[in-house]
Amino acid sequence: MFHEVWILFKKDLLQEFRSKAAINAIFLFSIVTLTAVSYSIGSHAISNFILAALLWIVIVFSALSAFSHIFLKEEEAQTADTLKLIAQPTPIFLSKWLFNTLLLTLLLMVIVPLFIAVFNFQVKNIPLLLLSIFLGDIGLASGGTIVAALIAKASRRGALFSVLSFPILLPVMVVGISAAQIAFTQEGSPLFPSEITALFAYDVVLFTTSLMLFDFIWND
Amino acid sequence: MAKAFLFILLSLVIVGAYFYAPLAKGLKEYTRVLYFHVPAAWVTVLAFLISAWYSLQYLRKRDMMLDAYAAAANQLGILYCLVTTVTGAMWAKASWGAYWNWDPRQTSIFILLLIYAAYFSLRSAVENDQDRARLSAVYSLLAFATVPFFIFIIPRIYESLHPDPLINAQAKIKMNIKMLQVFLSSLTGFTLLFLWLFNLKKRIIKLSAHFEEIEEEYE
Repeated sequence: MFHEVWILFKKDLLQEFRSKAAINAIFLFSIVTLTAVSYSIGSHAISNFILAALLWIVIVFSALSAFSHIFLKEEEAQTADTLKLIAQPTPIFLSKWLFNTLLLTLLLMVIVPLFIAVFNFQVKNIPLLLLSIFLGDIGLASGGTIVAALIAKASRRGALFSVLSFPILLPVMVVGISAAQIAFTQEGSPLFPSEITALFAYDVVLFTTSLMLFDFIWND
Repeated sequence: MAKAFLFILLSLVIVGAYFYAPLAKGLKEYTRVLYFHVPAAWVTVLAFLISAWYSLQYLRKRDMMLDAYAAAANQLGILYCLVTTVTGAMWAKASWGAYWNWDPRQTSIFILLLIYAAYFSLRSAVENDQDRARLSAVYSLLAFATVPFFIFIIPRIYESLHPDPLINAQAKIKMNIKMLQVFLSSLTGFTLLFLWLFNLKKRIIKLSAHFEEIEEEYE
């Protein structure tokens, strides 16, 4: 099982980093989002509370642009059926989820430091910020991956991915913003406020439900 | 019969809400929205639950009728959800001074509305009947897993100005007997109205499936 996941994950990794077309577009899109947000604020001094919301807007928009590709590419290249033949649904979902998590983590490693540099402010509680973003990352990837699998099977996709995933990902955003507000404003605040517990609980719920429901999407 | 009974019950509820139920101390006239807002909110969640149940049954049995029932429950649910949102916003304007201020309760009802809307946009985006049934059932269940989070967890983390819901932390009902009478009749009335509408929908679905069969036989 773990071996299967690893092989499938490596296949996606090789495929994506060989052509780089999709990855480049995804990275560029998050830079564009960051630019749009940063430019519209200009050099006005804004409070840390608003900064927390802006950070999560950039994160969620980057995530929305990044996730749908992983399943769409299988449908577009018509390789989904081959994938069905060689692997069980669970390893497929896990490998796709792993890839999306890695992709978003890489994105965030670029976006978050850039965001802090662009807006020129100090984070008071860095461990809390990192922890909340990491948990948010996992939650976004779980919800995003299952919705990506859903819309890959739909015939008219359009803006469907954002519409379907937004209500499911919003709790992550709401709680993430409030955790970031604490991290931006309070020095020496506890590492595990109730926001972290809520994020963790939501991650577990979302991940398990997605894993259980994926079989029904994949096998028709 | 059911129609007449519902008509009388709901008329009595309306009259009762304005003339029979007393106002609690310190509360203004607009708090009477309680008798319509809370039952509508309850039915919103009930419809969502019924739809999720039919979705689960569809995934097990793959019967297209079950998918049609799930969609019908959601169609009615979105209606009640709109009623809840609008009555809530009206009350908020009277009580808090603004129609909308992203109170945790407002956020959760708005998310439910979004989920309902997303469900129907997914349905319209899939052409194949079986695929549509399967994908929307999965989405319904996925959304259902997130709902408890909105209803129970987010309002507990963030301070809400919303009056205590019926299921509050102290497990107490803060109403006098007359208020409770009207409230419970309204709750029953709204639920029965929903079940009656849902039953009508189910009959329409069954009949149209039946007619399709007959048409196919003649062809």
